[in-house]
Amino acid sequence: MGGDEAGPVPMDGHDFALWEKRVDALMVLCSSKGHFTVDGLRRALEDMGEDAFEKHSYYERWIAAVNQNLIEGGVYSLEELATRMEAVAQRGTTYGEAAHGAQPHSHDVHDHDGHDHD
Amino acid sequence: MPHDHHDHDHDHDHPHDHGLSPSGHPYRQDDDAPLTYWQRMEIAVRELLIEKGVTTAAEVAAQIDLMDSRSPANGAAVVARAWTDPAFKARLLENAGDASREMGFDIGPLHLIAVENTAQAHNLIVCTLCSCYPRNLLGLPPDWYKTRAYRSRAVREPRAVLAEFGLNLPDSTTIRVHDSTADMRYIVLPARPAGTDGWSEVDLATLVTRDSMIGTALPRSPQTVAQDG
Repeated sequence: MGGDEAGPVPMDGHDFALWEKRVDALMVLCSSKGHFTVDGLRRALEDMGEDAFEKHSYYERWIAAVNQNLIEGGVYSLEELATRMEAVAQRGTTYGEAAHGAQPHSHDVHDHDGHDHD
Repeated sequence: MPHDHHDHDHDHDHPHDHGLSPSGHPYRQDDDAPLTYWQRMEIAVRELLIEKGVTTAAEVAAQIDLMDSRSPANGAAVVARAWTDPAFKARLLENAGDASREMGFDIGPLHLIAVENTAQAHNLIVCTLCSCYPRNLLGLPPDWYKTRAYRSRAVREPRAVLAEFGLNLPDSTTIRVHDSTADMRYIVLPARPAGTDGWSEVDLATLVTRDSMIGTALPRSPQTVAQDG
C-alpha cells in the first residue's frame, strides 16, 4: 500500500460509535492478555484482500480480524459464534436493542434484572 | 469508573430505553440505525469473551474510558514543556515514552520516538502497514490517517499530500517521512512559533494541534489565536 498511487486524502471524519469503541477495547484487551498478536491481526486484515478496504469500514475489518484470531486460538468455536450472532439478531433491529439484550449475560451482578429476552 | 452501572437496569417499563448503554455511556445515534452484520459480530464476540472469562463488561467499559481520556491535549502538554524546558526537551528526544510518563501520562508500554522539526527539516508520520499511531498519548487517530490515500501517498509524494492539508513548504525544506509500526511510533515535535516569547507552558499548549504532531500542519500562530478570539 505504501507508495501506491491513490486519489486525494479524504478529510471527512466521524465520531466513534459505541460499537467501534468496543471493538477497539476488545482488540486491546485480548492482545494484552496474549490471545493474539498485532502480527496475527494484520495477517487477518491483509488476508481479506484489497477490496475489503473499499467494502468495509475500519472497525468492521478489525472485528473480523479479532474474531478470526480468537477462533484460530480456540477461545470459542465458529459454531458458538454463529449461534450467538443469530441470537443477537433475534433481540431487536437496532444496535441499542441487540446490545441491551445482553445485560443478563454480561452483567452477572444484575441477575435480578429479570428481563425476558425471548 | 465515572459511570453508574445500575440505575438503568431498573427501568422495566422501558425495556428498550435509549438512555445509557451497558457500559454507562449515552447511546449514540447509530444505535437507532438498523443493526449491521458487523455490529452483531461485535456483540457476539464480546459476550462470548465475557462468558469464557477472558474479560468482563466492566473491563471493556474501563478500557473505553481510558481511550476516551486520551487526547491530543496530552501531546500538546508534552510539546509545550519541551518548548520551555531544554532539559525536558533533551529527555523527550532521547526517549519520548519515558518523557511522557514523567509528565504523568498513562501510555502503557508505548515505545514513542519524538522527531523534531527545524528550520531545515519537516517531519511527517504515517503508518503504511495499517494504522499505528501514538494512540496511548494522543487518543484514536483521525479517519484520514487510516485511509488508503494517505498511507499510500505520504511516502510517495509527501509534498503533494501536505499541500492538500494546506501546508506548502519551500523546496529548500527537507521532508522526512517516518513509517510507524506497532512497536515503534512517532510524534512530531513542531518548532515553537515566533512571537511567543514569555508565553506560559499552558498558553503554548493551546497552539499545539493534533495535526502539528502528525506533521500535516504547523502549530497555530499567535496571530491565528488572536483572530479566533
